[in-house]
Amino acid sequence: MHLATKDLLRLATIGSVDDGKSTLIGRILVDTRQLFDDQLNAVAEASEKRGVGDLDLSFVTDGLRAEREQGITIDVAYRYASSPTRKFIIADCPGHVQYTANMATGASTADLALVVLDVASGLKEQTRRHLCIAALLGVRSIIVAVNKMDAVDWSKLAFDRVVDEIQALARDLDFTSASIIPVSALLGDNVVESSSHFPWYDGPTVLEALESSEAGAWEHTTTRGARLPIQWVLRQPSGGRTYAGMVNGDTFHVGDRVTLLPANIETTITAMNFGGEEIADATVGLAADVALAHETNAGRGDLIATAPLPSVVNELKTTICWFGEKPLVIGQRLKMKHTSKVTPVRVKTINGVIDIEKLDIDESTSLNTNDIGLATLQTADLLVVDDYRANRVTGSFVLIDEATNATVAAGMVGHASFL
Amino acid sequence: MTTTPLRTSTTTDHLDLLESHAIFILREVVAECERPVLLFSGGKDSAVLLHLAVKAFAPQQLPFPVMHIDTGQNFPEVIDFRDTTVERVGARLVVAKVQDTIDQGKVQDPGVMGSRNRLQTVTLLDALNDNNFDAAFGGARRDEDKARAKERILSFRDTFGQWDPRKQRPELWQIYQGKVNPGESVRAFPLSDWTELDVWQYIEREQMALPEIYFAHDRDVVMRDGMYLAIGPFVEPRSDETIERLSVRFRTVGDANCTGAVISRAATLEAIINEVALANVSERGATRADDKFSETAMEDRKREGYF
Repeated sequence: MHLATKDLLRLATIGSVDDGKSTLIGRILVDTRQLFDDQLNAVAEASEKRGVGDLDLSFVTDGLRAEREQGITIDVAYRYASSPTRKFIIADCPGHVQYTANMATGASTADLALVVLDVASGLKEQTRRHLCIAALLGVRSIIVAVNKMDAVDWSKLAFDRVVDEIQALARDLDFTSASIIPVSALLGDNVVESSSHFPWYDGPTVLEALESSEAGAWEHTTTRGARLPIQWVLRQPSGGRTYAGMVNGDTFHVGDRVTLLPANIETTITAMNFGGEEIADATVGLAADVALAHETNAGRGDLIATAPLPSVVNELKTTICWFGEKPLVIGQRLKMKHTSKVTPVRVKTINGVIDIEKLDIDESTSLNTNDIGLATLQTADLLVVDDYRANRVTGSFVLIDEATNATVAAGMVGHASFL
Repeated sequence: MTTTPLRTSTTTDHLDLLESHAIFILREVVAECERPVLLFSGGKDSAVLLHLAVKAFAPQQLPFPVMHIDTGQNFPEVIDFRDTTVERVGARLVVAKVQDTIDQGKVQDPGVMGSRNRLQTVTLLDALNDNNFDAAFGGARRDEDKARAKERILSFRDTFGQWDPRKQRPELWQIYQGKVNPGESVRAFPLSDWTELDVWQYIEREQMALPEIYFAHDRDVVMRDGMYLAIGPFVEPRSDETIERLSVRFRTVGDANCTGAVISRAATLEAIINEVALANVSERGATRADDKFSETAMEDRKREGYF
């Protein structure tokens, strides 16, 4: 058997509770035979035990005791599938509003969002919220499965009504591609196998759409500058030092003119290694280590970059998804983790909260749990940042509660483009 | 001057991306935590993890020790492999013995033939405490089990080592946040996104050594509870069981008395990869009695502080 080189597509399912996200993923895994016999038997046994029919496909991903008892998804399940040329990492996200942080976790690394909605109810508020978060997180491409077509007698009219709604929202949120597919996850129509119930539809099945989507979109940036946030300093036997980190933005080459930030020292890459072996260039996603021509006291939290250079700031405008139990307020102190740097921050101002329904900013001086808002933060140490829309790695951060060390917010540098 | 041309990484396939991601996680945790440790059983997943750790910090020595939670019911080939591997990479090995936990009266001895799987949790938590380890790397993968499929790459544990699936830290992008208060800890799973097939393909690509029992060999086995168990110090044939000599290999390596062998003639990495690609029973389903107790066996053990 020849196992060819594969690329990697990361996708996240999003949409409201009970619209069928987990069932759709279960259907994809079953119909592409990604599930082993014993796993399928276990799903059948669990379904029987809970009296939900022969095979409740949502149990493929809803693996926690509480999820099966309540029939909901609480946290992201990661599942894996592969075709001859592609490995899929599937994040099946929860739909409930109280689990928005978990949904954001799943969507934050996605190349594409697989949106699932019930044709009968159309775009619910929670689906809009998820699409809005996905757009903020930089997901540019969506596949929309208009589900439960079996329940509306495979009606083109019902489908078309939903399509209009989605297209309008997809335009507002600036998605670059949106394939909209009528499906029945329950019965399998148009998921992996095409269906005779849709003589009026000649587009792809969900699987076909996934296979033809662009992999690695997550890593794409709109700046061309290469970035290496330093994680760790390695001492070389020759006496020199190399700086280890994961490359993003663009490729580094030996001989590149680079700037060490925030110190602003211009120097040259003299050598690079991966796993102790020399390499000539380091592409995006590679965990490399780099030797510099100048003696510096660079360390963890510093950044090596090629032009166009990122900004060095101690105050920044941000978009924040707040997950804390108590509201975020002006003057609040937190810790921020941005790339490999941790620094204290203070909320200088809160510039408003996003109205998910109108995609507008409402005035507010605090953010409640699961609100998405705009805030200006002051940082104790200098930060080296790109706008999130330009670079997802150097443009993202989390906020940490100083007492409990819990992660209480996901943040992006800059304000969302669709606002 | 180098005489051979340097490797040019023009394209990266899924194994390259998984490898770099794992190295990135290893470095983040080491940088953020005070006293990390790598859990190493001598099985294939922890062997890959150790291999990645060596790459992450080359040319320096590993900046943390490795620890084996020793149930005392091991396959001897695996212990040999553990010792030669640890010596080769120059790591410090900490062995925490379930037998000691039993001798201290903290848990009940299940007897020579009884499973010590669940007892390991107590030994593990004691060893983490005694050594003040605040981060433990494990080779667990999300494709192994439906509870593991839900767990974060950095899994926060309270002062009792418990995992609370309803209170996981949001883990966005590739920002791994491992800050804990004294007594609390994180488990870090750099192989989270790897599948069984990815692991085997990587082992082949890196030409890694593994314990012999992963490759097909002739062995005396008995069929028990739907699995072939190897006859040895921890498994004796019962009166109604017949010993068969078959060509088998092990897909996972756990305790000798609860890890089943699979019928196989795959004696090379290439043959194993072909077999794994065509398998229709999952790795743990085929070979692990410890997962068959209940629908949520893994979740329940993790809540107690298991790996």
